[in-house]
Amino acid sequence: MVEDWLVATLARGLAFAAPLLFAALGELVAERSGVINLGVEGMMILGALMAFVVADASASPWLGVLAAAGVGALAALLHAFFAVTLRANQYVSGLALTMVGLGLSGLFGRAYAGKPLAHPLPKWDVPLLKELPWIGPGVFEGQSALLYLGLLLALGLSVFLHQTRPGIHLRSVGENPAAADALGVNVYLVRYLAVVFGGAMAGVAGAYLSVAYRPSWTEGMTAGMGWIALAIVIFAAWEPLRAVLAAFLFGAFYHLAYRFQGVLPPEFLKMTPYLFTILFLVLSALGKSVRLGAPEALGRPYVRGER
Amino acid sequence: MRLVPRGPVGPALSLLVPLFSVLLAFAASLLLLALFGTSPREAAVAVYQGLFTDLRGFSELLRRAVPLVLAGAGLALAFRAQFWNIGAEGQLLLGAVAAAGVALFSGIEGGWLLPAMALAAFLAGGLWALLAAVLKARLEVNDVITTLMLNYVAVYLVEWLIHGPWKGKTAFGFAYTDRFPEAASLPLFPGTALAWPGVVLAVLLAGFFAWLLFATTFGFEVRVLGENPEAARYAGVRATVTLSLVALFSGGAAGLAGFVEVAGTHHKLLSPLQISLGYGYTAIIVAWLARNHPLLAVLTGLLIGFVFAAGDVLKVALMVPFQLVEVVNGLVLFFLIAGEVFLRYRVVFGGRRG
Amino acid sequence: MVANDRVSFSVCPGEVHALLGENGAGKSTLVSILYGLLEPDEGEIVIRGQKVRIRSPKDALELGIGLVPQHFLLVKKHTVAENVALGLKGVPFFRPARAVAPRIRELGERYGLPVDPDAYVWQLSAGEQQRVEILKVLVRDVTLLMLDEPTSVLTPQEARGLFEVLRRMKAEGHAVIFITHKLEEVFAVADRVTVLRRGRVVASLSVRETDPQTLARLMVGEELPEPAARPARTPGRELLFVEDLWVRSDRGFYAVKDVSFTLREGEVVGLAGVAGNGQSELIEALTGLRRPERGWIRVGERDLTGKDARVFFEAGVAHVPEDRNRRGVVATLSVAENLVLRHYRYPPFARGPVLDRRAVRRFALEEVKRYDIRTPSIDAPVRLLSGGNVQKLILARELYGEPKVLVAAHPTYGLDVAAARQVHGRILEARDRGAAILLVSEDLEEILALSSRILVIFEGRIIAELAPEEASKERLGMLMAGVAA
Repeated sequence: MVEDWLVATLARGLAFAAPLLFAALGELVAERSGVINLGVEGMMILGALMAFVVADASASPWLGVLAAAGVGALAALLHAFFAVTLRANQYVSGLALTMVGLGLSGLFGRAYAGKPLAHPLPKWDVPLLKELPWIGPGVFEGQSALLYLGLLLALGLSVFLHQTRPGIHLRSVGENPAAADALGVNVYLVRYLAVVFGGAMAGVAGAYLSVAYRPSWTEGMTAGMGWIALAIVIFAAWEPLRAVLAAFLFGAFYHLAYRFQGVLPPEFLKMTPYLFTILFLVLSALGKSVRLGAPEALGRPYVRGER
Repeated sequence: MRLVPRGPVGPALSLLVPLFSVLLAFAASLLLLALFGTSPREAAVAVYQGLFTDLRGFSELLRRAVPLVLAGAGLALAFRAQFWNIGAEGQLLLGAVAAAGVALFSGIEGGWLLPAMALAAFLAGGLWALLAAVLKARLEVNDVITTLMLNYVAVYLVEWLIHGPWKGKTAFGFAYTDRFPEAASLPLFPGTALAWPGVVLAVLLAGFFAWLLFATTFGFEVRVLGENPEAARYAGVRATVTLSLVALFSGGAAGLAGFVEVAGTHHKLLSPLQISLGYGYTAIIVAWLARNHPLLAVLTGLLIGFVFAAGDVLKVALMVPFQLVEVVNGLVLFFLIAGEVFLRYRVVFGGRRG
Repeated sequence: MVANDRVSFSVCPGEVHALLGENGAGKSTLVSILYGLLEPDEGEIVIRGQKVRIRSPKDALELGIGLVPQHFLLVKKHTVAENVALGLKGVPFFRPARAVAPRIRELGERYGLPVDPDAYVWQLSAGEQQRVEILKVLVRDVTLLMLDEPTSVLTPQEARGLFEVLRRMKAEGHAVIFITHKLEEVFAVADRVTVLRRGRVVASLSVRETDPQTLARLMVGEELPEPAARPARTPGRELLFVEDLWVRSDRGFYAVKDVSFTLREGEVVGLAGVAGNGQSELIEALTGLRRPERGWIRVGERDLTGKDARVFFEAGVAHVPEDRNRRGVVATLSVAENLVLRHYRYPPFARGPVLDRRAVRRFALEEVKRYDIRTPSIDAPVRLLSGGNVQKLILARELYGEPKVLVAAHPTYGLDVAAARQVHGRILEARDRGAAILLVSEDLEEILALSSRILVIFEGRIIAELAPEEASKERLGMLMAGVAA
């Protein structure tokens, strides 16, 4: 009984966490370079639509995911141009990206609304690991292939950030771009790459929604998940492995809230993710690691010679 | 290509740049229209005939502009203090809820009902924003995310009310409240659907905010706090108090927009998507276009009001999807911040002189 | 503005070449050009007979030019090894920090720069951080090393250690450019000296063939009259009481420990110490910007412990903050608005909730004239002002209304001689009027010249109080390093 409950919470929580994880990991990398991108929601929904359209036309869901990454990256490139090259206000540029993304996806997605997807992304069982007690059926059985990729990505990013040469460059650019510049690191290039990577991941996150989680397209289907991903980055104190934990906690809470179905009105259940987000942020603010974890140069454009 | 900082620019250039960015956005949207198989010429004619040939058409533009000006002027104040209030949408909805609550359940009658509704709307919107401001001032919780999350909470709060406790007795299968009593309706300008007190309220409030910002010690504190929080602390500005007042005013203004919408147009509380067409989000553009000057928000609110009204016209006349409005607004914002670069920097091509 | 006007000089391997000049003479500009941070409008740079163009630090490093900047360019949250590995060619993809650690230890031993590669930079003292900056450069096999005012963060004893390092580098065949405005350092370490004044080279000499008087004259130009030494008046009653004060830093440890002292009417008390020994936290506690953990602060009869900056200001505590651009002014607001940054809410500038703009403007016009603040107009944003004029603006504001207590932190930092003298004059005027003044500075000459008493702070504690007669630079230096003397 307890066991079933645990396994279900783990499994459903992770399934819900996957898009948040991708979006959060992408934004985390961008923010580590010192650029905040409030356009996650917009890039995600563009990715969701693009993935659905391509998967529908090509009958290949993986091609859809790839296309979603591409459109996310392209949108992020726009933000990078504004934030890095033109030194525009990063908040406003990101907001504009979200608005345009939501608008464009609504405009071009009208023809696809309500259409089922014939070839959704496959679900995988991981051999051997699925035999583990509890964790096996909870984590390694019947999840979308993308989820496993997301977990691997988090692991890889954690190693990348802390143990590799480009990882040091990325973190230094976000902490003290002048220091990196003075040693010959191309601050602009690093920031461009980080922001574009963030966009690609937001695109993949959107793709998960439309070709894996609920293989269909609905206008506004991201429902604020891009914003929740931004909160997860803060809660995770800019650490990829903590982002896994944060995204999962979020998914699990969300799943648990649904256990109250019938007790609480449905509108209250729909409210919970957003209330959780605020709660998460408040809890993060009370913790020391988050206050000290933010990249020092976050949100500030870099100009050589300006202090 | 390099960007070289420049000194202060004249008023001519600082007005031309936003104007130019709006024109560019319009041009881009005409291109989009063409993409959807609508002739841009036909669209322009339809918009002109729909909005500028009779009073009724033009009043629709004003009707769209009123909530934008109200919320936009409030956001201009908030942005000056670096309070990133992205939650005007939710504050507007809370204002609508409070106004509806007073109209339906307070028992107040006659001439006092409308002022009571307005006050309740102002307070509800203000307190909704205050929540985020206090979290920011006390705990440095990111205000963008909290205000945005509160929008969603507000949406489901309204949904719950109209499906649950406040569901009208006469609504049968539909989700909305009973109709407000007669005394809860704002008077309309003859021959139009425009509640004229809304127009007056919007202009007065924008003027009041501009006065606050530029002529009072409170406004001075707001500007110091927004430009340099560290210097503000040194100057003796009490950030929590100042930020709370800013939130109260900013959210209150959005709440009033909600009041105008329900008391002037709908006369009941109904689906959030019908109460606001994303006015709260679009007000961000209104404020930014106005360079965060509350009084200029009157002009920029009219401009964006035009975009909305044009969207209505095109939807009816040429079956253009309304989502186009959102795209156009986003593009305006993009072109605007691109344009702002030219106000702060001179662009130099090649060359190595600095 | 032309910061460097037709500057020519040369430097050879195995030589320490001093660039001497007062603040604003163009020394830092010159170094920035050589390091590719700025590009010259005209002129050429020749290295080993080859004409080169240095467009970025990357070019400079490839040419073997390294810079130890005055304001360190370190990533505080990273380890020493990570800072050294940043941008370094030839380190492995995985775990580059681990790969450079032995190299850091080896170079540290060879040149006398011991530092733990695994330590986080924020844990290091200013002197140790400077070692990291030097190691960053050495590990890149540079042939020309430039140090911008390297002794400004060091005690005299630490400075001697640095000179020893420079001598070793010279012995290994490096060329060193050493920027300073202190004469004795030229004689302590340099072989040749180039004197800059107002962006021009006024002389290039061998150190052995010159003497301090000549160099001083070259550096300052026409002799400025020494300010008439104003005898301090007899201090009056005690105005500021600080008792058993404990203050925490941002990182949570005690930066100020059990500090007690008083300030009296009409005296300047100097607070000497190496940067980072608790001065910043003490200043913030004394002006209401940081809540003390324990202890009391009183002004006159009034207990101000735990009150905020507004209450301190109202009680008559004025404050010239250490980072004038970050805290002292709002760069985007006008000169007039910045002049009332602290008084805006009191008459005559406020009538109820309304700001009286006419009164503000009238006041601004007067103060700009009285304090000789050079500005295009009182409506110009403060970001257009030079450092000296910003400081004059802050002094004008803080001394308005005759405050009882003035806490002045590094009031002449980065100012040229003329501006610094004006600032000193104003501080002495305030003293003569009866204000109690705490002067916090790393410039020992300033402290010795103005103070009636000198306190020395080390690791958060006041470890000595001296009369000016008992104090010398040497003695203060020992105390500042925590060596009982």
